[in-house]
Amino acid sequence: MATLQVELVAADRQVWSGEASMVLARTPDGDIGVLPGHQPVLAVLVGGGVSIRTAEGSIEAAVHGGFFSVSDNRVSILAESAELSSEIDVQRAEKAAARARQDGSQDDLDRAETRIRVASL
Amino acid sequence: MGAQLRVYRRRIRSVRATKKITRAMELIAASRIVKAQGRVDAARPYALELRRAVSAAASQTASIDHPLLVSGVESKRAAMLIVTSDRGLAGAYSTNALKEAEALSRLLVEEGGQEVVNYLFGRKALGFYSFRNRPIAGSWTGQTDAPTYEQAREIADALLAAYNTDASEGGVDEIHVVYTRFINMGVQEAAVLRVLPLEVVSASASDAPTGAIALYDFEPSAEVVLDALLPQYVAQLIYSCLLESAASEHAARRRAMKSATDNAEELIKSLVRAANAARQAEITQEISEIVGGADALSDATAGSE
Repeated sequence: MATLQVELVAADRQVWSGEASMVLARTPDGDIGVLPGHQPVLAVLVGGGVSIRTAEGSIEAAVHGGFFSVSDNRVSILAESAELSSEIDVQRAEKAAARARQDGSQDDLDRAETRIRVASL
Repeated sequence: MGAQLRVYRRRIRSVRATKKITRAMELIAASRIVKAQGRVDAARPYALELRRAVSAAASQTASIDHPLLVSGVESKRAAMLIVTSDRGLAGAYSTNALKEAEALSRLLVEEGGQEVVNYLFGRKALGFYSFRNRPIAGSWTGQTDAPTYEQAREIADALLAAYNTDASEGGVDEIHVVYTRFINMGVQEAAVLRVLPLEVVSASASDAPTGAIALYDFEPSAEVVLDALLPQYVAQLIYSCLLESAASEHAARRRAMKSATDNAEELIKSLVRAANAARQAEITQEISEIVGGADALSDATAGSE
């Protein structure tokens, strides 16, 4: 079966790259799932989790701001910031969430909560 | 010890101390170039993917006029972001960027009849402009040797806000960045990049050999995608300018410190020679004084007999 070549890149580094059987991401209109052979799509991502299903299991990442494009079984996920669930420092994210709650910054709060949620997956 | 010799020795000691410092700075800069280049490389995949996406979006939405794509019919005000360093001792690095900026603003004013709005990155540019009492629209300092994406994003947001404002209300129609291109370890040159309006056509033309661009579906719509895409593209362009300038800064500093170290070595060599000559002259004089004294004594005793 054909596989997807996935690149997950943040502005300052390549976060993950490899083969996958399915990619799940969230757009403003709802979640979108990409299987091999998907038609070319360029979609805006809303902050949240991205899930990449590989042969070894699934990889979860928290992304903020960006989009993803699919063409010829190549999926590139471009985010201004992206972290794999294994890289997320939960304590720091919790501190950031507490700070955001104090400042009343909804954007920062969403980011921090996404990270906490993804880390627990 | 004679006064002259003492002065020489003191100068040698002080030049040696300076040499130690410049040598250390050279080594630090050399190690930082490698790090800075690593950051440039790490940011490359994002730049590539983003450019591909922008070309794809722009090629299929040619009919859409997006404010970031249309070239201003007639530009009245242009923004100029000047990227320099925070610290000195980097040779002509900041000076070259500032010179390039002066040339660009002259060009914009004289040939385009435009008003130039200055945005400054780095303490050196800020010093240059505030000393001359020129108006500054925005400035960022403190992170020139390792710029972060967040900072680039902040700058991009400020520039985009100005771009989206009408020129008559204090906005701008064009955005230029003056930065320093890192060509290799030995060569860096100041360069100008026009960020906005975007020249997407040339980007897609250079990507053309990689194959026809697929027909994309846009989620939720082409306009929304472009709206989200272009500010990110601008932020990324600025980020890569900052990263490249940081690498150039370290390279320039390394070179400046290397020649400072070499000069100190030369100076020490010539001072040591002068000190040796002074010491020898002192010895010779002492000997001739002793011999002269002994002669005079023996003459005196010979005469008294």
